[in-house]
Amino acid sequence: MLVKFIALIAGLLLATSAVASPQIENWQTKNGTQVYFVEAKQLPMLDIRLVFDAGAARDPKGGVALLTSSMLNQGTKNKDTDAIATAFDDVGAEFKSESERDMAVFSLRTLSKGDALQPAIDTFVEVISQPSFPEDSFARLINQMKTSLQGERQSPSAMADRAFYQQLFANHPYAAMPIGTETSVNEINIADLEQFYKQYYVASNAVLVIVGDADKNQAKALAETISASLPAGTKAAALPKVAPLETAQEVRLPYPSSQTTILMGQPGLTRDDADFFPLYVGNHILGGGGLVSIISDEIREKRGLSYSAYSFFRPMREAGPYQFGLQTRNDQAELALEVLQQTLVDFVEQGPTAEQLVAAQKNITGGFALRLDSNSKIADYLAMIGFYNLPLNHLETFNERVDAVTIEQIKAAYKKRVHPQKMVTILVGGEAE
Amino acid sequence: MHNLKKLVWALLIVPVIGFAQVSEYQLENGLKLLVKPDNRAPVVVSQIWYKVGSSYEHNGITGISHILEHMMFKGTENLGPNEFSQIIAENGGSQNAFTGRDYTAYFQTLEKDRLEISFRLEAERMRKLIIDDAELLKEREVVAEERRMRTDDNPRSLLREAMNAMAFMNSPYHHPVIGWMNDINHYDPEDLREWYQMWYAPNNATVVVVGDVEPDEVYQLAQQYFGPLAPEQLATVKPQVEVPQRGLRTLQLKAPAELPYLMMGWKVPVVTTAEEEWEPYALDVLAGILDGGASSRFSRELVRGQQVAAGVSAYNSAFSRLDDIFTIAATPAQGKTVEDVKQAVFAQIDKVKTEPVTETELQRVKTQVIASSVYQLDSVFYQAMQLGMLETVGLDWRLVDSYPDKISAITAEQVQQVAEKYFIEDGLTIAELIPVATDNAPPRPTSGDPHAR
Repeated sequence: MLVKFIALIAGLLLATSAVASPQIENWQTKNGTQVYFVEAKQLPMLDIRLVFDAGAARDPKGGVALLTSSMLNQGTKNKDTDAIATAFDDVGAEFKSESERDMAVFSLRTLSKGDALQPAIDTFVEVISQPSFPEDSFARLINQMKTSLQGERQSPSAMADRAFYQQLFANHPYAAMPIGTETSVNEINIADLEQFYKQYYVASNAVLVIVGDADKNQAKALAETISASLPAGTKAAALPKVAPLETAQEVRLPYPSSQTTILMGQPGLTRDDADFFPLYVGNHILGGGGLVSIISDEIREKRGLSYSAYSFFRPMREAGPYQFGLQTRNDQAELALEVLQQTLVDFVEQGPTAEQLVAAQKNITGGFALRLDSNSKIADYLAMIGFYNLPLNHLETFNERVDAVTIEQIKAAYKKRVHPQKMVTILVGGEAE
Repeated sequence: MHNLKKLVWALLIVPVIGFAQVSEYQLENGLKLLVKPDNRAPVVVSQIWYKVGSSYEHNGITGISHILEHMMFKGTENLGPNEFSQIIAENGGSQNAFTGRDYTAYFQTLEKDRLEISFRLEAERMRKLIIDDAELLKEREVVAEERRMRTDDNPRSLLREAMNAMAFMNSPYHHPVIGWMNDINHYDPEDLREWYQMWYAPNNATVVVVGDVEPDEVYQLAQQYFGPLAPEQLATVKPQVEVPQRGLRTLQLKAPAELPYLMMGWKVPVVTTAEEEWEPYALDVLAGILDGGASSRFSRELVRGQQVAAGVSAYNSAFSRLDDIFTIAATPAQGKTVEDVKQAVFAQIDKVKTEPVTETELQRVKTQVIASSVYQLDSVFYQAMQLGMLETVGLDWRLVDSYPDKISAITAEQVQQVAEKYFIEDGLTIAELIPVATDNAPPRPTSGDPHAR
């Protein structure tokens, strides 16, 4: 019975199907904004993402980039905060701002029919191009950042994150948290935000993504309107390179929790890294593939030490983190860390087996369609392609580049790039009983 | 393997208009099948929903539905431990499962041609699971770690758990979905085998498929794989109707934390229990008036105007299986106290009780619900979730389509009526998190008993 059952399943593996990528249109506006557009007319809705190279990596003092992005919908020359909120909500539109280390992203989701589209777009354009940085909102948002900073100190994983980035990136701009510190937040003034906005929120420093119910002519007109509302300006300068770690570093933060949260890692990949595919596929096998990855198997399946044990690369403009993590009861933290370290050492020395590689390749390539099965996922991919200047055929060639990865390439890339003896390790938690 | 309370909350706020037709089938063994074509992408999501969750549990075995969900990945008569996940992974699928109060659900998303793999594997583990003693002991540890991560080391989760345990005296919504730690540490293999035998059967399951598929072909596949499974004599679910509350209940919880936190919950009817059919919808509208977007009253008046709260939210759970609570939760702004926020919230509640909401506000909430019902069609997973959830709590999946109409029919007077009727002190539970300084608190003992085995 067992044999028959497996044979049936194995038969299904042969039926691979080719999946088409969405048709991406790319052009530049008169004012210098790169536009990425995918037409999707099945649903009467439109998604817009306006992405500036204006994340925390550009912060003159911690928190300025994040606060600037949060202030845009707080007031314009003609509207106060309530009027802006009402203008979006009245037509069922959703406006969102996010600011991480690389990107500041402004998203609009709106109905494309009836009376919704034009008011939503008009408000969006007004918000991104005419912010007034009102005093009362500024004071309130500073207070909310202080509350968030306090909230971080009651979350072991948030405390671990901050320590991890600090140790990993040291003097690089990626070291700071986008929300800043109590000290830096207190030093921000409105002039900082106005200056930051003026320098970075410009057409040539922006990528615009449009996905949904619009044809190319409509998208072109929309892109011109958005781009023309901003000064042309200049692109942000290159960021400094991330320095590799010279030695292993360990930080222990005592916290009265029942678990110890462990993070371990080193600088990893840039988006256009030459070793991207061997390391991406290698890590999928090691700790990126969910419950079937080696790390999850060693930590959770075999030993029951943690609910979640994982590793991932976060590719960024410059080398983002290669991060490993788990949480476990305080009295078994040392054991779990040893298992994690040994699993990594073994992988770097031995690489994956042929079976593991094939399984990972099938998982990644067979799941390609799933990663593009909604307008919002397509918009996220376009933002990444545009912001990191990846080739337009990035999605089309993705599967063949995954399939081309060999065991030798993974072993070579791990030997060259991943250094288990020079990792940052953060432990946040209590003493064992 | 999450208990996706957060997602479920989000789900309940804004259900959908359907564009495509849903085809409904029932197999002879009682299994229900819902298929909704969506050909925007060559993918299919397949979900199987069982009518069992923490609200079916009794004291001593709380969380057993959740750990059983974990064990469903640990091997069957024909599959080794973790092999289910390996097969789905090799086929490019993404998969997981979640347990709630009223359901346990498993899902796979795959390329459209691979639906058969999902059905074959789910049919296998519906009737042929093996609960291995050693695997269970290990999984108890994993679940204990999950509980530490989600609840024990998270002060707001602890508060929510304590609040539910106080608001619900005899209703099984008293129990946390993940279970009390002491119960987690004492599940026996036999407990799980009985629980599995009792609930995992075709006549207690709904399969929902959304994606680039033909309904009749899906039905053929379902007959092929689920058709041969024998139905079970299902246990009668006792009503467990919550006893009437007789007066305000308050609780304080101390935990290592930096920020105080307030939760307030009023007993309300839900769609399955309401004597007046419109009331749960009026409560949904009320939640939208208070907390639907940046123009809502809470954002405008409490966060921006009075600046008494750093954040404040309102949730109504109209689609629970049993009577539930309407919950307001708030973090005081800098320099403000829990008492300040509480008084500000009470003032807002008084206002909705004494004055009808404006037509502008009402229209805005209705517009948001209609827009959301379009936006949610962007996700095949979400479409399937809505169908499966409604069916599993005992409602008609057609509510997905009629929900915006039900909301559109609500008047300002009805919103005021539900506020007057249900926002009363005798139905209220107030829970307050009292932070204990984290820098000098003694290390907490690990909850549970690490020496038990």
